[in-house]
Amino acid sequence: MTPELFTQYLFAGVTYGIIYAIVAIGFNIIYNTTGIINFAQGEFVMLGGMFAISFNHFLPLPIAIACSVMVTMVIGALIEMVFIRWLEKPSVLRLIIITIGISILTREAALHFWGDTVRALPYFIGNEITSVKILGTNISPQVLWVIGTCSVIVGLLSLFYKFTFLGQEMRACAANRVAATLCGINTKNMVTLSFMLSAGIGALAGCVVSPITYTEYDSGTGLAIKGFTVAIIGGLGNSMAAVAAGLLLGIIESFSISIVPLAFQDAISIAILLIILFVRPHGIFGSSEAAGLKEF
Amino acid sequence: MGRKNIVALIAMVVIIIGVQLLSQWCGKAFYLTQLTMSAYYSLVIVGLCLVMGYAGQISLGHAGFFAIGGYVSAVLTTHNLVQYSDLTLIRFMGKCGLLVAGHDLYGSALLIFQPWCACILAVLLTILIAFAIGIPVLKLKGHYLAMATLGFGTIIYRIALASKVFGEADGISEVPGFTLLPGLEVSGSFSARIANYYIACGILLIGIMLLLNLINSRMGRALRAIHGSDEAAEAMGVNIGRYKLYTFVISAVFAAIAGIFLTHYNGGIGPSEAGIMKSVRYVAIVAVGGMASIWGSLLMGIALNFMSLRGMFGSYDDLVFGSILIGIMLFAPEGILGIHLWKQLKSLCSAGKPPAERPEEEDR
Amino acid sequence: MTPLLDVQALNKSFGGLQAVSDVSFSVKRGMIKAVIGPNGAGKTTLFNLISGSLPVNSGKIIFNNKQIQGLPPHKIAALGMSRTFQNIKMFSRMTALENVMIGRHTQSRAGFWAGMLNLPGTWEEEKQIRAKSMELLELLEIAEFAETEATSLAFGQQRAVELARALASEPSILLLDEPAAGLNIYETAELARLITQIRDYGITILLVEHDMSLVMDISDEIVVLSFGRKLVEDIPQKIQTNNEVIQIYLGDGDA
Repeated sequence: MTPELFTQYLFAGVTYGIIYAIVAIGFNIIYNTTGIINFAQGEFVMLGGMFAISFNHFLPLPIAIACSVMVTMVIGALIEMVFIRWLEKPSVLRLIIITIGISILTREAALHFWGDTVRALPYFIGNEITSVKILGTNISPQVLWVIGTCSVIVGLLSLFYKFTFLGQEMRACAANRVAATLCGINTKNMVTLSFMLSAGIGALAGCVVSPITYTEYDSGTGLAIKGFTVAIIGGLGNSMAAVAAGLLLGIIESFSISIVPLAFQDAISIAILLIILFVRPHGIFGSSEAAGLKEF
Repeated sequence: MGRKNIVALIAMVVIIIGVQLLSQWCGKAFYLTQLTMSAYYSLVIVGLCLVMGYAGQISLGHAGFFAIGGYVSAVLTTHNLVQYSDLTLIRFMGKCGLLVAGHDLYGSALLIFQPWCACILAVLLTILIAFAIGIPVLKLKGHYLAMATLGFGTIIYRIALASKVFGEADGISEVPGFTLLPGLEVSGSFSARIANYYIACGILLIGIMLLLNLINSRMGRALRAIHGSDEAAEAMGVNIGRYKLYTFVISAVFAAIAGIFLTHYNGGIGPSEAGIMKSVRYVAIVAVGGMASIWGSLLMGIALNFMSLRGMFGSYDDLVFGSILIGIMLFAPEGILGIHLWKQLKSLCSAGKPPAERPEEEDR
Repeated sequence: MTPLLDVQALNKSFGGLQAVSDVSFSVKRGMIKAVIGPNGAGKTTLFNLISGSLPVNSGKIIFNNKQIQGLPPHKIAALGMSRTFQNIKMFSRMTALENVMIGRHTQSRAGFWAGMLNLPGTWEEEKQIRAKSMELLELLEIAEFAETEATSLAFGQQRAVELARALASEPSILLLDEPAAGLNIYETAELARLITQIRDYGITILLVEHDMSLVMDISDEIVVLSFGRKLVEDIPQKIQTNNEVIQIYLGDGDA
C-alpha cells in the first residue's frame, strides 16, 4: 500500500465517517429528548440532498442549500406533529414500527416525486476533477467541505446545548421529562424541536456530501443503519463519542476494500453492528446502567 | 384445540376447495397461481405471528430466513456437481441416493442434489442459523432487538446480492420441480397448477394446525404468560430465554419451508426476497391481523398478498404496506381483528346505558 | 434439624444505595415467618434476592440444602419455591383458570414437540392440570370466576387467583409479598385463616407485611429490617416490646 493510497483511503474513511457521525448525532438528539430511535433519520439526509438539487435549478447554490435545510426542518416538525405528538404512552414496539413506517412513506414519496434517477448537487468548487494536494495526495475540495461543514455543525451544537437557554431546556428534557415539565418547560415543543434539529443537520450533511456520493430516493436506508451502528458504538445519546465512533467506522469500512470485495462492504458495517449489539450494547463509551431505554 | 378453532379449520378447508372450484367455473383459473404464492407467504406470516404476538419479539429480518431456505435449496438443486464426480464425498452421496443424475437443457450431464435432500439440508441450515442468531439477539430488547433483526436480514440480502454462487442481482433460476411423492410435484408447470394450489394450501393448513396446537398446549400457555408478565412467568418456573428461542427457531423454519417450496414453484429466487421491504411487509401484515391472532394474520396474509401479486397496488406496492403499517400502529395497535376494536365498538353501543351495565374498558 | 431456608450475610446495592446490608436469618420447616420494617427497609428487595429476580452482590441463600443464590428464577421455582407479588402480576388476556394452570408448569412436562403435534400423552396431563387448578380455585372460593379474564376481576379476587397460582406448583415454601395490601379487616382475617390453613398443609411461609395485626396474629417468628439491616429476629411477643423496633416505627420521643 503506497502512502498516497493510504491517504486516499484515510480521507475517504473520514469523509464517510463524519457523515455517519452526523446521522448518529441526529439519532442521539431525538433519542435524548424522547427515547425514540427515529428510523427515518437517514431520509432527512436524502431529502436534504434532493431538495437542494431541485431548488438549484432556479436558485443559486448556497440559497438552494439553505432553503433545502429549512424545508427539511419543516418536514421533520410535521412528521413529529402528525405521527408522534398525540400518542399517549406508546410502547417501544409501537414507536419502532411507526418510525419504520415513516421511513418507508418518505422513501416512497421521494420515489414518486423525483423518480429513481440518481442525482447529485454540483461540486461547490470546480468539478469532479478538481483536486487539492494534501499530504502528497490529490483530494477533492468537496471532501474538505464535508469535513469542515460537519465539524462546524458539531461545534455549533455543543455550543448550543451548553450556552443557549433553549439548548439547556432540551438537555433538561432529556435528563428527566417530568421534572422538566414541572419546571415550566414545554416538553412537547422540545420534542418537535429535536426533530427539527435532527432534520436540519441531516439535510445539511446530505447537501454537502451529495456531489461525492450522489443522491437517490433510497440513499437513506443504508445511512440509517450505519448511523445507528455508530450511535450504538459510541453509546446511545453520547454525541461526542458518536463522532469518534463515526470516524472509526468510516475508516474501517474504507480500508476494508483492500481485503474484501466491494460488494461486501456494507455487510461489514452490519456485522460490526451485530457484534456490538451482542457483545456490548451500551457501546464502547457507554455504561450498562445508562443503556436502559429511556421512557418516552 | 378448542371448538372454535376446529370449526375455523373446517371452514378453511371448505373455502379452499370452494375457491378452486369457483375459479374453474368462472374461467379465472389463473387466480390459483397468485393464491398459491399467497399461501406460501402466509406460512411465513403465521410463523412470525407466533414470535411477535406470543413471544413478544419483533423481527425485521424474517425475510432472511425465507431467503436462506429458498436460496440453499435452489443452489443445491441447480449447481452442477458433475465436475466433482470423482471426489469420494460426491460418490458416497450418490450411492446413498442423495444425488440425482440427468441432463440439462443442452444435453450435457447434470448431477444435482435430490430435491428432498436439498430441502432437508436447507431446513437444517436454517435451524442452525436461527439458533446462532437467536441466542444473542433475543437477549436484546426494544430498539436494539429491532435493529439486530434488521441487520440480520440486511446481511442475508447483501450476501445474496454480492455472491456469485447465489447469482448476484439475478438470483437463481431454472430451479427444477420438487417431487414430493410420485405424481405430486411442486413446480410451476401449467398442468400441475391445481395440484400445486392444494399442496400449498395443505402445507399452510398443517402449519396452522401445529401452531394452534402449540398455543393451546402447556407451552403455548407459558408463552402467553411471558407476554402477560415475564417476571411472574419466571417465578412460576417458565424458562423465558429458552422458550423465546424455540419460538424464534420454529418461526424461522416456517419461513424457510415457505421459501423452499415457493422457490421450486416459481422455478427461481432473487435477492429481493431477502430485502427489508419483504420483512417489513410481513410485520405489517401480522400487525394488521392482530398481533396475537393466527387467524387474523392468515386472513390478512392471503388477502393482502393476493392483492399485491395481482398488481392491484401497482407501483405503489411498498407505499401501501408502509401506510398500512403506520395506520395500524397509530390507530389500532391491536390490529383490525384484535379485541381492542371490538371492545371499543361494544362500549360505543352501550354508551347510552347506565354505568352499571357498561362493560369494563380494556386497559392498555 | 436444618432450616428449610437459610439466608446468610446477604448484600445488595444499587449504585451508591445499599438496599440490603449483611442480612441473615433462617426459616424452619412448617413455620410462618414474617419480615417487617418501615418503607424502604429493603423487604421487597430481599424477596427478589431470595426468589432470584435480582442477583446478590454477596452472601448465600440455602434452600433445602441447596445453594440457590445466582440461580435464575425459573430454576429456583422448580426447586419448590413459589411467590406472590406486591402489585399483583396477573397474566393479562388469560382467564383466572389459565393463570392458575401456569402455576402447574413445574409439575408438568409437555414440551414444544408434544404441544405442536398434540400427542396423546399430553391429553391426560392437560386434564390433570385443569382439574388440579379448578380444585385450587374452589379451595379459595373463586371457582365461579374460572373462565373470566383475570385482569377484569376485583382486587381481592385477583389476590385469590394469584395465591391459587402460587399454590399450584406444590411449593415447599411460599413467599407472600404484602398479601394483605388493599384488603379490609374482614378480608384480612380471612387471609389469616387461609395462610394458617396453608401452613397446616405442610407449606412453609415467609411473608412481608405491613399489617401488624395480621403479622402478630399468625407469625411464629418475625424479622425486623431497617435501612437494609436486620434489627432483630424473635417471637412476636418479644418484638412488640422491643424498644428499637418501636423507635423505628414511631420515631424518637424527643423529636
